[in-house]
Amino acid sequence: MSAPPPAIVLEGEAAIAGTPLFAPLRLELAAGKWTSLLGPSGVGKTTILRLIAGLDTGAQFSGTISTENNAPLAGQIAFMGQTDLLAPWLDVSCNINIGARLRGEKPDMARARDIIEGTGLGANRHQRPHTLSGGQRQRASLARTLMEDRPVVLLDEPFSALDARTRAEMQELAGTLLAGRTVLLVTHDPGEAARLSHYAYLLSEQGLERLDVPPGPPVRAVDDPATMAAQTDMYRALRRL
Amino acid sequence: MNNAATRRFSRMLLQGLLSAVFVVALWQAIVSLTGAPHFILPGPLRVARTFWASRDLIFENALVTYAQIVIGLLLGIALGIWTAVSLAMSPMQRLLMRPFLVFAQAIPIFALAPVLTLWLGYGMASKILVVVLMIYFPVASAFFDGLMRTPQGSLDLAQTMNATPRRTMFHLRIPYALPSLASGLRLAAVAAPMGSVIGEWVGASTGLGHLMLLANGRAQTDLMFAALMALATFTVALYFAIDRFGVWLTQRYGEPAG
Repeated sequence: MSAPPPAIVLEGEAAIAGTPLFAPLRLELAAGKWTSLLGPSGVGKTTILRLIAGLDTGAQFSGTISTENNAPLAGQIAFMGQTDLLAPWLDVSCNINIGARLRGEKPDMARARDIIEGTGLGANRHQRPHTLSGGQRQRASLARTLMEDRPVVLLDEPFSALDARTRAEMQELAGTLLAGRTVLLVTHDPGEAARLSHYAYLLSEQGLERLDVPPGPPVRAVDDPATMAAQTDMYRALRRL
Repeated sequence: MNNAATRRFSRMLLQGLLSAVFVVALWQAIVSLTGAPHFILPGPLRVARTFWASRDLIFENALVTYAQIVIGLLLGIALGIWTAVSLAMSPMQRLLMRPFLVFAQAIPIFALAPVLTLWLGYGMASKILVVVLMIYFPVASAFFDGLMRTPQGSLDLAQTMNATPRRTMFHLRIPYALPSLASGLRLAAVAAPMGSVIGEWVGASTGLGHLMLLANGRAQTDLMFAALMALATFTVALYFAIDRFGVWLTQRYGEPAG
């Protein structure tokens, strides 16, 4: 990472065509930690993520997004979504280097090779996306995110389309490889939030509610009793809404 | 994939041959059953004989028509691609140009051809322009639609990667739109020969369309049919080649099924 990861604070409210999307809230992403945002669909989780990413949301946001180092967020952020967004005509290696290509820079091939090995795609380097499994495609997407080497990483339900086993593997891989960055994880899955977060919040129409996370550093084991208990509590909080 | 492509190719060839045999048989049957005189409907054998006897004449005229088709096709495709890319790059140009394009498309080219001949004379230029005008719009609109349908997620990703609009265009939007371009090219392959012949009908001193008109006026229906064969064969070959290219584009740049 080029710069130390910043803390980020989002304060404000959002509305779509005059209808409030979420009430005034304050969300703090601690520097170098994983913060999860849970909540039902349509409550504005992705809007918050897109606001921080500086992307169009279709909502009117009144408030501020500030960083601890006061540096602009553009250029500090890497983004990974639910779909892998791999270019179908490029092989794994070129897909991972697409950021350099889009900026007109020379790709760092040595780093790309390391990242490809680190994400377990060494044998798939020259394969095109349609020949990969869903899990491999999401690995390639993670590798592309790592290649960007940004201090802030925004994850929008990145593992929700995977089967249970692949999802657990990807959580472990992402949790390990993205450790030390400021990460916002938007997810539907309490289990995922319980495994990966330093901090977790529940977003609802009423605002933001802090949720308890299990003790110990992430990534926590799937069958760790404290993690399972935290997951159950998060489920309950979701069901209460 | 290569094997499948070869299989597909041979199947198409076989189907084409079978249906050609069927059509020729039907043609001969109609001639025999109705007893139509040869200046109304010549039989296939008579057309084949005339084709061979007049091969130099047909070849000479065919070369002109083929050249018009190919040059017009290349120019029209290039112009269509350029228009689509510049429209996709600039909302301002979209605002100004699109209504004009739709309006231009609403004018039948057939009605325009005499004016083009008046302006550009009886040579190849007026025919090439008719071809260009016929294929320009389908190519431009198919490619433009493709360029405007880049997955939003990929554009978002490019934005977080600090991509410039120009690089996003060349490295994401254009490759994503190439399968759409392929469908525009297929339309162009069919329209281009039509454009060339229309141009020749309006006024020409060479070309297959000119030859057909001439033969028709002299009741040399067999020669007209022979010229038509030369045109149809080229059209089919052209369509086939462009279709193969389109399939390749779709497989190379799209997400191949399975």
